[in-house]
Amino acid sequence: MLVKSLKARNIDLSNPKNQLEFLSNGIFKDGELPLFKDKIAETGKFPLKPKKLEILQINLGYMCNQTCSHCHVDAGPDRKEIMSVETMKQCLEVIRNTSAHTLDLTGGAPEMHPHFRWFVEEASKAGIRDFIVRSNLTIILANKKYHDLPEFFKKHNVHVVSSLPFYKRERTDKQRGSGVFDKSIRALQMLNEAGYGREGTGLRLDLVYNPAGAFLPTDQQVMENDFKKALKEDFDIVFDNLFAITNLPISRFLEYLIASENYEDYMYALVDAYNPAAVENVMCTNTISVSWDGWLYDCDFNQMLDLKVNSKIKHIGEYNEDLLNDRNIIISQHCYGCTAGAGSSCQGSVA
Amino acid sequence: MSKNYYDPADLRKFGEITEWSEELGKKFFDYYGKVFEEGALSAREKSLIALAVSHVVKCPYCIDAYTKDGLQRGITKEEMMEAVHAGAAIESGATLVHGVQMMNKYKKLSM
Repeated sequence: MLVKSLKARNIDLSNPKNQLEFLSNGIFKDGELPLFKDKIAETGKFPLKPKKLEILQINLGYMCNQTCSHCHVDAGPDRKEIMSVETMKQCLEVIRNTSAHTLDLTGGAPEMHPHFRWFVEEASKAGIRDFIVRSNLTIILANKKYHDLPEFFKKHNVHVVSSLPFYKRERTDKQRGSGVFDKSIRALQMLNEAGYGREGTGLRLDLVYNPAGAFLPTDQQVMENDFKKALKEDFDIVFDNLFAITNLPISRFLEYLIASENYEDYMYALVDAYNPAAVENVMCTNTISVSWDGWLYDCDFNQMLDLKVNSKIKHIGEYNEDLLNDRNIIISQHCYGCTAGAGSSCQGSVA
Repeated sequence: MSKNYYDPADLRKFGEITEWSEELGKKFFDYYGKVFEEGALSAREKSLIALAVSHVVKCPYCIDAYTKDGLQRGITKEEMMEAVHAGAAIESGATLVHGVQMMNKYKKLSM
């Protein structure tokens, strides 16, 4: 369990340029494994182009009450980057006019943003079909002022997507910190009490599973059945769907892979599991990711690697969907994480 | 060539055995893949059996592969260790049951 973010520790890997360099060196530089661009070129997919925009994902900031060892955002209590009210207003303007059917708020812990509730209230008025908030669950119990979040989410018909790495205490706590499992379970029960995950309420509660270590997720449907059975039997918890997400080799997960000497094996596993069908629906083809300071990215991972969109339009202040849709998506070797096996996205498997 | 008999990186090259005997290699991998599909036994159950057998035949490649496979399938470490004990119990039982042969021979040879 890490106590501080890479940034607070000020180590080389905290610089995205060093991460990108690492991902292009070694086994990729000497040709042992193919570069991602060469791999997708085999099926005529290079350069990768966007399809119709479906999801607008907004990152409200990197502040979080947890410091998960696999976090690709390098989020934590020591991160102070949060979205300004001015940028929030620019986002709301875009939300009101976008053709995307899904709005996806993430962080950090987005609920920690001092203007989170105002932003959700305003955004919900725009009438977007699917309004997601990614909640880490423990935030609901972190402070009395968050205890009513399930009711707040319900009031605004928010679709809650929550991380729970595993349905057993040990693997969850190893990845997310001691005590996280028990708090997450309690938070899920509170969401259930508000009607979330229960049939007929229309209140959607999805869980995110990502492996607690240097291995890939197995079949999403099989994992969902296991999670549903265990959570129902052990804690009387119900939920809608499970999204199985592959850990991408960036940020703190990359640090873990290197330190545990799993990096090469993990990259081999990703490349071996490369699935051209997953490239068809990879999330950067239907998503725009907005950072806390308003810059635009092909996905949340590119945001963390500081790879801004390859377009004349680079900031929410000058947002133009038609121009953005004409861009080439920026790729590197971390993209193998989204194309392995059944593929991986913020909405789970894609193939 | 490596100075050790076992190199973890060799597991990745397993598929290369087909290069020197395409027909047999292909038949083996087709068979192998089919065996581990969901059937009357679940893929999860087969993974645990494979882990137990890996220990009994003392194959370090197989132990690496099926520990990882178990983690991916959400198999717990307690389940994995019980599977190893099941394999070990059969293996030690197979030794001990020969004790009956020893006893038979002893009795036959003794006045």
